[in-house]
Amino acid sequence: MRNPLADKVVEIKPSGIRKFFDIVSEMKDAISLGVGEPDFDTPWHIRDEGIYSLEKGRTFYTSNSGLKELRQEICNYIHRKHGVAYDPMTEVLITVGGSEAIDIGLRAMINPGEEVLIPQPSYVSYEPCAILAGAKPVIIDLKAENEFRLTAEELEAAITDKTKILILPFPNNPTGAIMERKDLEAIAEVILKHDIFVMSDEIYGELTYKEKHVSIVELPGMKERTILINGFSKAYAMTGWRLGYACGPREILQQMTKIHQFAIMCAPTTSQYAAVEALKNGDDDVAEMRTAYNQRRRFLMNAFREMGLECFEPYGAFYVFPCIKEFGMTSDEFATRFLEEEKVAVVPGTAFGDCGEGYLRISYAYSLEKLKVAIGRMEHFVKRLRAEKKGN
Amino acid sequence: MREELLTVIEKNSRIDLKELAVILGVQEVDVVNELAALEAEGVICGYHTLIDWEKTSNEKVSALIEVRVTPQRGQGFDNVAERIYRYPEVRSVYLMSGGYDLMVILEGKTLREVSSFVSDKLSTLDTVLSTATHFILKKYKDHGTVLSQVREDEREMITP
Repeated sequence: MRNPLADKVVEIKPSGIRKFFDIVSEMKDAISLGVGEPDFDTPWHIRDEGIYSLEKGRTFYTSNSGLKELRQEICNYIHRKHGVAYDPMTEVLITVGGSEAIDIGLRAMINPGEEVLIPQPSYVSYEPCAILAGAKPVIIDLKAENEFRLTAEELEAAITDKTKILILPFPNNPTGAIMERKDLEAIAEVILKHDIFVMSDEIYGELTYKEKHVSIVELPGMKERTILINGFSKAYAMTGWRLGYACGPREILQQMTKIHQFAIMCAPTTSQYAAVEALKNGDDDVAEMRTAYNQRRRFLMNAFREMGLECFEPYGAFYVFPCIKEFGMTSDEFATRFLEEEKVAVVPGTAFGDCGEGYLRISYAYSLEKLKVAIGRMEHFVKRLRAEKKGN
Repeated sequence: MREELLTVIEKNSRIDLKELAVILGVQEVDVVNELAALEAEGVICGYHTLIDWEKTSNEKVSALIEVRVTPQRGQGFDNVAERIYRYPEVRSVYLMSGGYDLMVILEGKTLREVSSFVSDKLSTLDTVLSTATHFILKKYKDHGTVLSQVREDEREMITP
């Protein structure tokens, strides 16, 4: 029989998070700090609106771009948060999660061989999506000494005449890094100078703990060259509803909508009705969850300080990214032993790019009680590793 | 910090001071001072425990009583409310808008105890015009907490 598979797909390596999850699911009383989704339920009034839409028999497709009312609410939301106006009729597309927007955004913009800049450590989908779109992914290694922010120098150094798109993944999964206005202003200059486009993945935009999240579209000249991606999963604890969106220039959105309409048709109708409610009346819920995350973040930072474990203070998302270089083992070795010996699962930093070596991603989408138990085990583990090292 | 502090200890008053300081991002001494101030101002009225007595062998009967009263000149409802809340078996007394004036929540050991309180003590007060007693059959949620519900983490392993 002939080879049924596409080489391009076979060559993509599977996600590095997987391995640990498989072990955890087999292991009794293991604690996972690996999950990247909120531990909160979707607020009841949002769920109720979804249920109501089903009762009303709203079980048909929506238009390809999504419910008009939802697109309008999204524009209102962005205007409220960032002071930027999008046209709900031509500049917004409702997608199946932010992930779909990343995929079709790249497919709509990339010609074979063009380069996509991907700062890492970052979400694991950008690189495979870029490859599948026919792009050449170019990795920018972010550095701990810059708090894993992207600097203008790093960007400048990575740009060639083939560079088309910069992916801007902030607030960042897995590092928790943010880009403040001054950081964005610095890179915007480079972006304009080289006439490249930006795909700004702001799915964690509601979860920042310093100043309010700044979107790059707020800066002059940037809205015209940016696809802004966001969604409902993280802010409103709506992961299972699979709903995200992209906003951007009309001519790009038009082509993205073309792919979306042929591949997906439209995003789930029930989720769209629920999302309207989330945007209209969900601000308090978001604030409440943000406060809870922030308390856990402080708890973890304090625990690392007490353990003497190096960790820069992250101001976004719900991850901390401590450094484990002092133990002289790889992230993978550390995570494997930690799981085997203390039954706590964390994700090695290398799952998010080679430059994540020497770091761990710890999610705090877990109750304080659970974090306490896990951190107790970590303290124990770290002590033992240090004793071992001394013994040698 | 005040509001966040209150929100945290409203859910968990047993949290220790050090941890409280850590999660609020302040010094322990500031937490101590703030708590003392809140107690002195009467904002914090106690550190009670939410108990689902249903799950113990200790049987209790709770009733919710709607009371209509005649307000007194110069006193309004305060005087009669005080006469009622002084009884130790009365758990709560609220002044209400709408069809009746005071809502009294009562906890007794038996049905008889509750009914004798209503007929002998409450109804006989001069200012009380009428009462309507509702027995509580089951508590589903109390003080923002769903009773009788322990939930597992149902999140499945997913990549990315």
